[in-house]
Amino acid sequence: MATQAAQATQNIILAGFGGQGILFAGKLIAYAGLLEGREVSWLPSYGPEMRGGTANCSVCLSDEPIGSPLVVSPDVLVALNQPSFDKFEHDIAPNGLALIDSSLVNCTEKRDDLHLVGFPATKLAEEAGLKGLANVVTVGRLFAEIGFCKKETLFAAVEKCVSAAKIALVEKNKEALELGIASFEEMKKVSERRPRKEGE
Amino acid sequence: MSEKVLMKGNEALAESALRAGCRFFFGYPITPQTELAAYMSKRMPKEGGTFLQAESEIAAINMVYGASAAGARVMTSSSSPGISLKGEGISYMAGADLPGVIINIQRGGPGLGGIQPSQADYAQATHALGHGDLHVIVYAPSTVQEMADCAYSAFDVADKYRTPVMILADGMLGQMMEPVVLPEPKNTAPEKPWATVGHNHARPHNIVNSLFLSADKLEGKIKERFERYEVIKRDEPRAENFMTDDAEIVVMAFGASARIARSAVVSAREAGIKAGLIRPITLWPFPAFAIEETIATAKSYLSVEMNMGQMVDDIRLVVAGRAPVEFFGHTGGVIPTPQEVLAKIEAMHEAIGGKAAEAAAALTGGKAGA
Amino acid sequence: MAEKERTAKAKVEPKIVFQRPRALEDAPFTYCPGCAHGIVHRIIAECLDEMDIEGKTIAVIPVGCAVIADNFFSCDVIQASHGRAPAVSTAVKRVLPENLVFAYQGDGDLASIGMAETIHAATRGEKITVIFINNAIYGMTGGQLAPTTLPNQVTQTSPYGRDVVEAGYPIRVSEMLATLDGVALIERVTVDTPKHVRAAKKAIKKAFQYQMDNVGYSLIEVVSTCPTNWGMTPQDSFAWMRENMLPYYPLGTYRDVVAEGFADVGEAARAKVADCPIAYKGDK
Repeated sequence: MATQAAQATQNIILAGFGGQGILFAGKLIAYAGLLEGREVSWLPSYGPEMRGGTANCSVCLSDEPIGSPLVVSPDVLVALNQPSFDKFEHDIAPNGLALIDSSLVNCTEKRDDLHLVGFPATKLAEEAGLKGLANVVTVGRLFAEIGFCKKETLFAAVEKCVSAAKIALVEKNKEALELGIASFEEMKKVSERRPRKEGE
Repeated sequence: MSEKVLMKGNEALAESALRAGCRFFFGYPITPQTELAAYMSKRMPKEGGTFLQAESEIAAINMVYGASAAGARVMTSSSSPGISLKGEGISYMAGADLPGVIINIQRGGPGLGGIQPSQADYAQATHALGHGDLHVIVYAPSTVQEMADCAYSAFDVADKYRTPVMILADGMLGQMMEPVVLPEPKNTAPEKPWATVGHNHARPHNIVNSLFLSADKLEGKIKERFERYEVIKRDEPRAENFMTDDAEIVVMAFGASARIARSAVVSAREAGIKAGLIRPITLWPFPAFAIEETIATAKSYLSVEMNMGQMVDDIRLVVAGRAPVEFFGHTGGVIPTPQEVLAKIEAMHEAIGGKAAEAAAALTGGKAGA
Repeated sequence: MAEKERTAKAKVEPKIVFQRPRALEDAPFTYCPGCAHGIVHRIIAECLDEMDIEGKTIAVIPVGCAVIADNFFSCDVIQASHGRAPAVSTAVKRVLPENLVFAYQGDGDLASIGMAETIHAATRGEKITVIFINNAIYGMTGGQLAPTTLPNQVTQTSPYGRDVVEAGYPIRVSEMLATLDGVALIERVTVDTPKHVRAAKKAIKKAFQYQMDNVGYSLIEVVSTCPTNWGMTPQDSFAWMRENMLPYYPLGTYRDVVAEGFADVGEAARAKVADCPIAYKGDK
């Protein structure tokens, strides 16, 4: 499944509470695409959102010029809160991936044609002393799941997206990426011992 | 050459304007052009320029008028309701032959409308941006790179013809990020012997003025300006024709809707329909030449717009009955999908006797490019 | 000076005792007979001559009777749209900070349609000078009710006199603007007598000087007349003005930060806010 999602074009929606860093996570993915010379677009939802309301952005990575940057039927949904998952679950393309933060989202799956991956991004981030970086942990996990770029590109993208003046922050972001990637390896080890269910 | 960076359309417009030598920006807050003014407020002081948040859009455009009269490269930006307020000042600028760049990051109207992307100001921009006999050169970029390129050249064009230039974008283009290579800073502002900068007793006084109380004088002035408009109509129309060489169904769309239409055209081709896209880059002057290039093979035209059908009238004027011209669009901030446009192309294809294509299934939502 | 001339009277040498200021074009005023625009234009031009600054001056003229002032001022001139002269002047001064920029506006232009631009240019402390001609009426369009039309004053659009219940009260522009921190100099003058003309000229010259010294925004309100639309002779107009307008719009200096002992509006404003931490940032 994971390899199947890693195709020439990725249409991604990232969604969560305002303040969770959803737009930044999208930018990180888009920048990785840019650094690999791909066509990319990043489009935020905008409006008079209150603090704590939901925010989302569309990210497209492609080898062809991108038409509409507005993703209406994503191959990948990243949802960091319940309202976002509920809102976009039905829009995900058949056999698409839903990556959700199981610390905050109830993972009951209503569709049987989705690859649903829940992992406790917020909890992992907080336990690792990376409070507020669940968004970047999730990007690391998404990378591990679908490999939308080379690993070194992802880390180079962090340096582009975080002000060079904030070296400590750059390092924390990299740690967060590693944490997300490690969570995938961990899951794989577990599932090797306990084979994944059909359709996972 | 600069490196490729990821930037919002609004920011690319601002940065590129700075690199074109714009050192004066006057604006008033409005969504969805917000980032443009914010970017200018951050960058202008570092470039020794002036960012001033005016008391209103009216004041802002009149500041543009003043700075331009004083010979400066100057810009303002707003979104649809704010542009209506600027209409007066734009008319005065046209009447006084003042260059300047005005950016409209369109949102839904009329009235307060909405804040989602729209192209409902096409008719205003191309036909009635202010009172009186006037035209304003209007660019309609469709990528962040093209936004940067348009902002970069707009000042030269404005100075060359001594006219206001509008860049007509929308909330989608303004808010989205794409890779962009920013142009190198330049200083190409020409000498402006007409500017009111103080005569220092070295020349007769300059007057920047749009008032001519003698009807004959005013008519003469306007006719002189329209001769300049003729040169603009001859030299400045720009469009991109995509897959139009043998196109039977010619789709025409600008800005954000052109991106959507392009996806639909690619899908239509995959389904065996000879579709093509004309993407006007200048809306005024209207690129009639691009339509003429397609008229031999075209069996029908389709205008795709984010409004209730405005550019379609200009297409009909050029096509002049030689082929049917249809319209598809959404308004109020609703963004058409490539599937919807494809369905319309298929229906038109069927109507002109082609066999029904079955490409809809091939196209999934938000699919990038092909 | 006059004494000197008398003693040198032996030889008949032509002496110029009165001439058109250099800063005025060689063109007859086309304002109505008895209109005070001519007087004010002249004293502005005399100030430009005396300060030798015409070559560095940009006049921003209004919509109103003075819309034709580009025919008369010899300096560079920008014609602004109705009420927007302060916004236009703001930008010109920002582009040309070393130059003298003055706006010339009437009461409808300045205090009705252009009130927002007026207040904001003043509060920003733009280094511009506004010459405000207050004659309580719209002259060019034929004598309509203005924001400064007096209570019970008859105009074309207040044929029964200004009813303050319906049309509200006149605005005292100088008093209002004097409350703003960006303002360096506000003075209300008139030009009905030689003495008043001299005082008006002195005020305008001071305003120009403050501008060149970067003190702040300055406005000189000239209480004036409109014999044509008031339906009076020029002399009666001045008499009516003295009787009715001056009690409502008293002459005098409403703000002068230099006279108050400050170098500029910044210093004056900071002195007021010493106990507001964010507004008072030390000596910046």
